[in-house]
Parts: sequence; structure tokens; C-alpha cells
Amino acid sequence: MLNYLLFIATIGGIYGVLALGLNLIWGGAGMVNLGLAGFFAVGAYVSALVTTTGHLPIPVGWLLALIAGSIAGLVVVLSTTRLREDYLAIVTLGFAEVVRLVAANEIWLTKGSDGISGIPGPGKAALGANFNVAYLLILIVVLAVVFVLMRRIDRSPYGRALRAIREDAQVAQVAGKPVLRFKAQAFALSAAIAGLAGALYGHFTSYIAPDLFLPLITVYIFLSVAAGGIGNPAGALVGAYLVMTLLESARFLVEFIPYVTAVQRAALKELLIAAALILVLRLMPRGLLPERIPRAPQPQTGGTT
Amino acid sequence: MSLLSVTDLRGGYVAADEIVKGAALHVEDGEIVSLIGPNGAGKSTLLKLIAGLLRPSGGHIHLGDRDIAGLGAPEISGLGLSFVPQERNVFGTMTIAENLEMGSFTDGRHARQRMAELYERFPMLAEKRRAAARTLSGGQRQILAMAIALMNAPKLLLLDEPTAGLSPRAAEELFGTIVALNKTGVAILMVEQNALEALAVSARACVLVQGRVEREGRAAELASDPTVRDLFLGGKAQPMLAGTT
Repeated sequence: MLNYLLFIATIGGIYGVLALGLNLIWGGAGMVNLGLAGFFAVGAYVSALVTTTGHLPIPVGWLLALIAGSIAGLVVVLSTTRLREDYLAIVTLGFAEVVRLVAANEIWLTKGSDGISGIPGPGKAALGANFNVAYLLILIVVLAVVFVLMRRIDRSPYGRALRAIREDAQVAQVAGKPVLRFKAQAFALSAAIAGLAGALYGHFTSYIAPDLFLPLITVYIFLSVAAGGIGNPAGALVGAYLVMTLLESARFLVEFIPYVTAVQRAALKELLIAAALILVLRLMPRGLLPERIPRAPQPQTGGTT
Repeated sequence: MSLLSVTDLRGGYVAADEIVKGAALHVEDGEIVSLIGPNGAGKSTLLKLIAGLLRPSGGHIHLGDRDIAGLGAPEISGLGLSFVPQERNVFGTMTIAENLEMGSFTDGRHARQRMAELYERFPMLAEKRRAAARTLSGGQRQILAMAIALMNAPKLLLLDEPTAGLSPRAAEELFGTIVALNKTGVAILMVEQNALEALAVSARACVLVQGRVEREGRAAELASDPTVRDLFLGGKAQPMLAGTT
């Protein structure tokens, strides 16, 4: 049971890292990245490959996952600059599928749908049964670092410029903000964080395969950010754990539903999760921890127009 | 040398379809110039071409002695030419103070000093500095939009229909603000639908018709010119209703 909870806490934390990364661009600059799972996969594969086939130390794998994520992000975002903004969503969605199909078909590199097993965990042999605790601690440190970074960005002039771009890219442009450069930077950073999350995932479960990177992950992360409160890093984090809790508790709850087959049970699980999220957003339309938007001032006397 | 001089400027939203077809105009230091003309003449497009939001397909735009045609909007705004777009021109969910910060470059100390000056000039902004910009009235929003543009101390301000959507009284107030601003030494080139009012506060004006400057001259003369009056100042039914836009 304890191991199960540790597992959930760790996976929830990895979702949290992804959600923080997504919030930077979705909440911050209003860019929609439907290919989150793709950047997640790029990081997971790069780190897995360099530490298994490449025999490099794990931290190097993590670093390379960050770099690979940011490069992939730059390529994707710069290839869409001539398109209208909503096409970024389509292109990223396609990107994630391309990554998954490459992973499934380039068997010489990725072992195809067999996946890569035996990905080393940090100190796994020495720690033995304590590995899960140790890994959770590492994850908490990473999560804290990413969280602090995101919050600093959110409150910095750079973060405000991103929000200005979200509000109106044209006005931001005439106000002297290099819109394209800011968007590309934010997107690359977000993709790098997703790549890091992928590496964290691979070294935790020791196994990755193409079917672990289905678009459903992207959906979960979007739900996390939406439920937690778009535009607020703390909300992204809370949302990720909320979605994780819902996912896992739904799995137990459906066990108590009588007269249904296993397949129906799986469908009911999705239904429960959906209903819970709809409820959250119905009751708190702007998420659990909404972005702080300044209130209207107190009515003043002698106003004009 | 003119502050701004535009020669044979061409361009539009797509390369194949030029809206501005060889426009020429100039703005001298510290003057107000109005750009008037029928709907679809390309007035806003001309401003966007000058501001760098659209890329010219031909012609020259000199700001001082520098040709700025082809530069991007952020660069041009750094060279002392600020553009205030029509209507949607502030960041709604951000505070007044944050909106002003957006208009500045990263030099923090200079920005604070400039903000203080603008608060002094527009006390309404100082009063509401912590309020979200979307809570402002139409006239107040225009002032904020101009203040954002003024943050980097431009020599020339381009205003795209500053009084659009304002009540007659608010429009009149705004024209007053524009004149007061001009007296501090900022040259203004504005597109206006309220043509008579705009001519009344301008030194000179240009009449844009189908992408070309058809008439140019002292504002007072244009305001009393019968053809101009007939065409754009509500003298007769406007011919452009039947034409293409």
C-alpha cells in the first residue's frame, strides 16, 4: 500500500512538472500545445537511450532530455510562425503522433513497440526497497525548482510581457515587445520541461514504450491546468495532483459497481473522472486557484463618461 | 528634413492585393496631421504599414534620415514612433500600471520616471493604477492606450481612429487631450472618421482615396473645400457606398 501511494505521488509529481510547463505557455502566453505527450516522449527516449545504450550517467541523460525537449520545441514553434495561431495546436498534435510513430517504427534505435526496458534508476541497486522514497524526494526537489522558476517568470516583467502577448499580440508588438522571440523562448522552455518530465518518468518506471505516450496524457495535463487554474503555477501543481487522485480513486470506486463487465468498468472510470472534472469547473469556472486578475476599483465620485 | 516622410508607399494584408497604392505624405516636427478619406480608402492600412505591423511591398518610409520601411513593429517603436491601434489597444486583464510597463523597454529606472510623468499628466491613470484596464470607460481606455504609446517618449504618435466608439462629449474631450499632448512636442498623425473635428485641431491634412493621397494641404483649407466637404464631410451621399472597399 505504501509503495502504491509513493508510486502515485511520484507519477502525480511528474504530471505536476508537465502541468507547470504547460501553464507557462497556455496560461502565460495563450499558446496551445496539444503535443505535450510528444515532448514528454522525446525526453523519455533521449534520456533512456543515452543511459542504456550510451552508458552515460543519469544526470547527463536528464540534461540531454532538457536540451532535446527545447530543440524539439524550437523546431515546432518556428515551423509554425507563418501560420495563424490556432494552427500551432494542430501542428503540435501532429508532432506528438510523429514522435510516437517514429518510436514505434525505428526499431534499430527504440526497439519499436517492445519498448526500452532496464532504464537505470539513480542508486536503485544500493537503495533497494527505499528507491521509491528516494526517487520521490528527488522529484520533489525538481518540482520545487521548476515551481519556483515558473513563479519567478510569472511575476517578472518577462511574464507580464507574455501575458500581454496573450491579451493582444498586436498591441504588445507596437508597444515594442518582440512577440515572436518571446513566444519561441517560452515554448522552448515549456518543451524542455516536458522533456525533463519524460526523463524523470523513464528512470522511475525503468521501462518506456510508444504506447505510454498516447495523446491522453496531453489531455490529462490540460485538465490539470484547467482544473487548477489557468495562469497560476500553484494551480497547475494542485490540478495535477487532483487529476491524479481522481484517476486513481475512480479505479477503486468502479470496483464497487455491480453487474458490469471489466470493459464497462473501464469506461465507467473515464465517465467518473469526466463527471468530477465537470463538477469542479462548474463550481469553480476559473479553477481551484485562479490567476489573480485585479478587481475593479471601488466606485468613485465624479467619474466621467 | 521632415520628421516622417512617406513616398510611393505600397502594401496591404496580402502581397497580391495592394490596398495602399503609392501613398505619399509627410509630417513635420510637432505638428498634427489628419488622414481622412472614405471607408476602405486604406487609412488604417497606411498607418499599419508605417508602424511596421504590415510589410510594405514598395516605397520608402523615412523617420528622420532613416528608412524604416521593412523594419518590424518593435524596432520601429524603439526608434521613436509609437502606434496606437483602434479600439482593442490595451491589455484588459492587466492593471493600468502593468499596461504602462508594457510600453517601456527593460530599463526599469527610466520606466518608473516616465510612469510618474504620465501619472502627473493623466491623474485618472494614477487614481486607477491598480485597476484592471478592462474596467475603464471608452475614453479612459483611449487615454491609457496613448499613455502606453508615450512610455518610450516618442517623437511621433500614430493614432488610428482614437474617437471610434466614443460619445460626442468623450470624443471632444479626447481631441482636447490630443491637442494638449501635441503642445508638449509630440507630432501626431491620426486617422479620423470625425473628420471635421479632426481638421479643426490639425495643422495639415491628407485625403486618402483608393490607396492614394488625392489632396493634401492646410486643414482649414480642406475643411472649407467644397469637394472635400461633399465627399467626406457629410455634404452628399458618399460615393464609396457603391464602390469597392
